[in-house]
Amino acid sequence: MDKIRLIIAREYLTRVKKKSFLIMTILGPILMAALMIAPIYISTISSEEKTVGIVDESGFFTAGFEDTKAVKFKTLNLEIDDAKKNYNQLGVDLILYIPQPSYTFPHHIILFSTKQPGMNVESYIRNSINNDLRQLRLKKEGIAPDIIEKIKSSIEVNTVKLKEDGTEEEQMAARDLILGLVAGIAIYFFIFMYGAMVMRGVIEEKTNRIIEVLVSSVKPFQLMMGKIVGVALVGLTQFLLWVVLTLTLVMGAQFAFKDQLAELQTDNIQNVSQTMGANNPTEMTFENSAAIEALDAISTINFPVIIGGFLFYFLFGYLLYSALFAAVGSAVDNETDTQQFMLPLTVPLILSIMLAQNIASDPDGPLSFWLSTIPFTSPIAMMIRIPFGVPVWQLALSMFLVILGFIAATWFAAKIYRTGILMYGKKPTYKEIWKWFRH
Amino acid sequence: MDILVAQQINKRFEKHQALTDINIAIPEGSIYGLLGPNGAGKTTFIRIINQILGQDSGTIHLSGELLNPKHIKMIGYLPEERGLYKKMKVGEQAIYLAMLKGLSRSDAFSQLKQWFEKFEIGNWWDRKVEELSKGMQQKVQFIVTILHKPKLLIFDEPFSGFDPINANLLKSEIINLRNEGATIIFSTHNMSSVEEICDRIALINQSKVILEGKVSDIKNNHRTNLYQIEFQPKSTTFENTFPENFKIIGRKETLMGQQLTIRIDKEQNTTELLEYVMNHARLLQFQEVVPSMNDIFIKTVNNSSNRNKNGQN
Repeated sequence: MDKIRLIIAREYLTRVKKKSFLIMTILGPILMAALMIAPIYISTISSEEKTVGIVDESGFFTAGFEDTKAVKFKTLNLEIDDAKKNYNQLGVDLILYIPQPSYTFPHHIILFSTKQPGMNVESYIRNSINNDLRQLRLKKEGIAPDIIEKIKSSIEVNTVKLKEDGTEEEQMAARDLILGLVAGIAIYFFIFMYGAMVMRGVIEEKTNRIIEVLVSSVKPFQLMMGKIVGVALVGLTQFLLWVVLTLTLVMGAQFAFKDQLAELQTDNIQNVSQTMGANNPTEMTFENSAAIEALDAISTINFPVIIGGFLFYFLFGYLLYSALFAAVGSAVDNETDTQQFMLPLTVPLILSIMLAQNIASDPDGPLSFWLSTIPFTSPIAMMIRIPFGVPVWQLALSMFLVILGFIAATWFAAKIYRTGILMYGKKPTYKEIWKWFRH
Repeated sequence: MDILVAQQINKRFEKHQALTDINIAIPEGSIYGLLGPNGAGKTTFIRIINQILGQDSGTIHLSGELLNPKHIKMIGYLPEERGLYKKMKVGEQAIYLAMLKGLSRSDAFSQLKQWFEKFEIGNWWDRKVEELSKGMQQKVQFIVTILHKPKLLIFDEPFSGFDPINANLLKSEIINLRNEGATIIFSTHNMSSVEEICDRIALINQSKVILEGKVSDIKNNHRTNLYQIEFQPKSTTFENTFPENFKIIGRKETLMGQQLTIRIDKEQNTTELLEYVMNHARLLQFQEVVPSMNDIFIKTVNNSSNRNKNGQN
């Protein structure tokens, strides 16, 4: 046991003392923040303003299109052929052509453009036309405009989960989805990052030719486990430092901008009281309701369960895979030879990420159940399910199996490792590795 | 007393028989050479002693006890495939390796400091291994191997990659260690080093021990009764009147005169030959042609390989 401790300490300290560890620790939270901000930023730059020129032969719609931030409308008093010919001079990005209807209402509408109009513009126009057409038809049937206005509705559906003990818990699918996906992807990255670290460590010892010196002092199994546990501690340290650093950053930002924040809060309160005073409460401004919802969503997250689950599945997912990564490392002489053996290890991980959407859209379905039960996919799949709430027995079964999987993988890997570390030269085949295992 | 006794050791890898019925006894305090061509099974045998591999059958006793994990502390092993962590600091790494052998940190530190001074690498303590020359790295490896004062030292091809100066340093240290009571097993195919320092050898070829014994005995048994004389002849008829019972099997012009290689039958002595030469020429040099271990090695290996081939046919 003393020797394993020595090995763990060396594996841990050499990695933690590296400059790259320090850099990753500092850059990690910044990168993560960037990862979250980037999509928002990109969505703002891609939604540049588009001008749509309307050629309406039917005469129904010209008044019906409202300008938005992204789409501006302009009526063209031209024939469609002239409009197409003069496309470049008109100063419009798109031409919306509504032909003379053969029956009462137009049903075939064309959008001309030199570039892809983008889904947002297209769907906005489609919705707008459909809306107008519906109103026109209703009017034609003789329904008064004020009735049409009255039947417009804006309903939100909240799902509430009834728990066995009778309490109720409000479900927030969007929040749970994001939480699950983020946690699942984080586990995916961690397994790959630290698993590859173990593998590189094993290859390093082989190519350095230090391995035989080491195994004359310690058992190969001790060496392998020491490395795996040492790197696991590196991972946990990094994770912990990220959490601390992120919290410090957030708190620092709150402190630095506390005046602005206070202002914002009073604004919000005023807005809320104003809207409360107004006779139509559903007209509450969108931004306000979103902000309140977001606050509400975050405050009701079951942090202990999620963080506990994350740490558990990170640890055991990593342990299971890193043992196999160590076996791969022991079988080859250099990193380029690992590709072939990495494939069977990466497939289940990539599969669980590819099916993440399916799991999230039906977290209690059979696919989700099986993926979150099989140890090779459960670390990611279960992490996606946990925010939605998982029956205790399923969680217990999954946890039990992943621990079992870890023990089996370690046993299997140790047998390959023991032989592989002393083999140099030709890259082994799967058949040879199987023989090492049987030996 | 024998420190290590191996009896009937067999080891097989897949299709390849690595060791066949190996019986070797190594006397305490000796320098024992394990010789043999590449792939003969030397390293496999050494790995079994180090408990890196397990034998299929047979027993090994170390100091009278069946080989067990406690013995790891008693053995110092310098493998043929040896290296260090490149990115780690020299001193830190030496301490780590010493502690893996069971030394305490403070013991490892104080002893390492002494050895580093002795080998003149003290200034490199805080440098990374990759900054060291190959010779210096080998010094570090050697120190780490012997630091825990093992009773049995195993060197697998210790001189490969050493420059002559370091090789000499290593040689004298190995002899020192033996004088202090350690037993040394030495695996090599470099025969000149065997002659210089080994007391006993075992020659392994194709998984079997084909020759075993004291170096002096082996050399005696392989005497060829060949002698070389170098001389300046007094007359041109030197060879014409040469005694017929001495067979000349080789001749060579040298800087100083002539050299003859002569075979003498076992019963004869060299006096008659010397008398003739002294009467008819000026004698410069006279010596027995003793086969080098290299010759014995090649001859024995070829013989046994041929025998195996014939046996298979």
